[in-house]
Amino acid sequence: MTHVMACIDGSPQAAAVCDCAAWASQRLGAPLTLLHVLDRRQFPVSGDLSGIIGLGSREFLLQELATLDEKRAKLALEEGRMMLDAARQRALSAGVAQPECRQRHGDLVETLRDLQNDTRLLVIGRQGEDSGDDIQHIGSQLESVIRTMHRPILVTVGQFTPPRSLMLAFDGSATTLKGVEMLAASPLFKGLPIHLVMVGSEDDAVLTQLNAARDALAAGGLEVHTAIRAGEVEPTLHAYQAEHGIDLLVMGAYGHSRIRQFFVGSTTTSMIRTTRTPLLLLR
Amino acid sequence: MLQTIKQNWFSNLRGDLLSGLVVALALIPEAIAFSIIAGVDPRVGLYASFCIAVVIAFVGGRPGMISAATGAMALLMVTLVREHGLQYLLAATLLCGLLQIGAGYLRLGSLMRFVSRSVVTGFVNALAILIFMAQLPELTGVTWHVYAMTAAGLGIIYLFPYVPKLGKVIPSPLVCILSMTAVAMYFGLDIRTVGDMGELPDTLPVFLWPEVPLNLETLAIIFPYSAALAVVGLLESLMTATIVDELTDTGSDKNRECKGQGVANIVSGLFGGMAGCAMIGQSVINVKSGGRTRLSTLVAGVVLLLMVVFLSDWVGQIPMAALVAVMIMVSIGTFSWDSVRNLKHYPLSTNIVMVVTVVVVVFTHNLAYGVLAGVLLAAMFFANKVGHYLSIDSELDADASGRRYQVVGQVFFSSADKFTAAFDFKEALSRVTIDLSRAHFWDITAVSALDKVVLKFRREGTEVEVLGLNEASATIVDRFGVHDKPDAIDKLMSH
Repeated sequence: MTHVMACIDGSPQAAAVCDCAAWASQRLGAPLTLLHVLDRRQFPVSGDLSGIIGLGSREFLLQELATLDEKRAKLALEEGRMMLDAARQRALSAGVAQPECRQRHGDLVETLRDLQNDTRLLVIGRQGEDSGDDIQHIGSQLESVIRTMHRPILVTVGQFTPPRSLMLAFDGSATTLKGVEMLAASPLFKGLPIHLVMVGSEDDAVLTQLNAARDALAAGGLEVHTAIRAGEVEPTLHAYQAEHGIDLLVMGAYGHSRIRQFFVGSTTTSMIRTTRTPLLLLR
Repeated sequence: MLQTIKQNWFSNLRGDLLSGLVVALALIPEAIAFSIIAGVDPRVGLYASFCIAVVIAFVGGRPGMISAATGAMALLMVTLVREHGLQYLLAATLLCGLLQIGAGYLRLGSLMRFVSRSVVTGFVNALAILIFMAQLPELTGVTWHVYAMTAAGLGIIYLFPYVPKLGKVIPSPLVCILSMTAVAMYFGLDIRTVGDMGELPDTLPVFLWPEVPLNLETLAIIFPYSAALAVVGLLESLMTATIVDELTDTGSDKNRECKGQGVANIVSGLFGGMAGCAMIGQSVINVKSGGRTRLSTLVAGVVLLLMVVFLSDWVGQIPMAALVAVMIMVSIGTFSWDSVRNLKHYPLSTNIVMVVTVVVVVFTHNLAYGVLAGVLLAAMFFANKVGHYLSIDSELDADASGRRYQVVGQVFFSSADKFTAAFDFKEALSRVTIDLSRAHFWDITAVSALDKVVLKFRREGTEVEVLGLNEASATIVDRFGVHDKPDAIDKLMSH
């Protein structure tokens, strides 16, 4: 059975992630797993700059470092357990039958990759606990997580409320066509209105694609609206979203290579940065 | 990838910058001292330390480990430098690098698993003793001033860290060197200084191809040295990597480290430096000072060179006594104190391996010989122990005309005699059954022992039946297929 995986940490986002994952797990009928990863590399390193080594220095240093790590790891373990317990209570009161808690040591990205086969949907906050209060800041590991995972990822922003309508940024690419298929097949948004929005110029080829997508989604039980708008991708999408009061965005993520991203910049990254509503990224 | 670069270089900025500084300060006296051991100008060791530290920061397999010119390598070059000169040393350094890269591609790093804990301890202790012994020439036939300064230097090194506040922020070896230099200059003492030992660097290192004839004769001269340098360099580097792995509780790529050491040595040789490898003492200092990533190694190398090039006039004034004090500190810190305490608890065979490693190194001044002796001895002790796992029982058949021998355990070169001796050939029997289905025949010695037993019985007119030979000898084939399969262990243990 594949799970809805919720990444819980000490950040303010944890509550929203928990709510969102509880909602998704109920919609999908998939079990919910609350995951907390303990990354020891985040511990600060302390140094003694005296620059000397005496008899037994090596053995002593090993003891000292091990003891320090032990103390910190115990605290982190305990703290993580408390976070998971709180999240579990929250999920239970939201009506999830049996939320599972998992705690793993290691690197967040690697852990998620290892758990990939058990994952149906990953729910993660835009910022982790290390990020400051900067509202438009993206968590330091988010992009690596998105690039690593080959599963849909729901990125939460601010408080979570169950979405009443959603928007799919449609560009006719293979990723979005695949996304349309996934949305049509998934019970996650069944019965909700979906806006298929295409940014670009209107022509026959585009129109055919858009109509095909509309039919597919309608067959999947969604209420479909289509629109084609001209202009810059990002502001146009945001404007459309505001206009129709849409509270969840669906888009393909990181379709291009890192090299292109380095020179051109990434639409995905800037959408994550500017969005005010949760974002479902399809890989 | 960006994430990895960030993790490998910039995840611990403050710690790495500070520890890199501390290590650079400690590398200067060491590089000078090891050049003097090798019999070359201090310049050669300082360039080597710079090149190796900087290159290994990028290509090494163990972030946070410090590599530079080392005592273990310097000791191997002494005769080469004395008999053939610096240019041949540079050529040998290049060849050593090539051999190490080859070792990396052949994944020889995994051979380290044959080097037991006691051999590693013996290696480390021998290294400490060699570094200490190398300081003795500076302490013989000198005036009392030198003794006084060395003692004072050691006093400063070990006591300065107890000074409140300052002690933990200023490296005490630096304080020792600065104050000893100041004292020597103030009193105008007539003692040996670093400047007397040879040329110091006054420019950045420049690319130069060793001026040696490129022919077989040259190769014949440098190859033995290059091979020894490559082996010792890799041994010390891999041991140090294991120590750093343990201290920081992180992993390292041993084969990448082998190749990295090779590349670093080639670059060092091309820029007029001697061969080097990882340093146990410096790596421990780096971890202790808070260094964890590749950045610490890079900072150490760059700062080392900048300080030496721009302060070469001052570096030349450092009295040798101050360097000797620092080196004594390094040798004491490298020595494994635990190994002496553990002599009482550990089994005799382990202690013998450790002590033999130390003794062989101290007598030959070549760490490779010591490790070889240690590894061979450890293997023999192991074979001897495993040979004990052999028991042969027998029972007489009901009609007293035959006997059934049941062999259980390991039969190989070390236990073959025991195997043969367990049969009673004098007993007059018409029939003997040897059940081998619960024995393992590991080598040809075991098989020929069995042949001998069968032959002897036949000569006495006894008929011999051997049971379960196929299962028992399945282990002979070196690459026997069962090992690759998941149920290998079950198969091996089942009969």
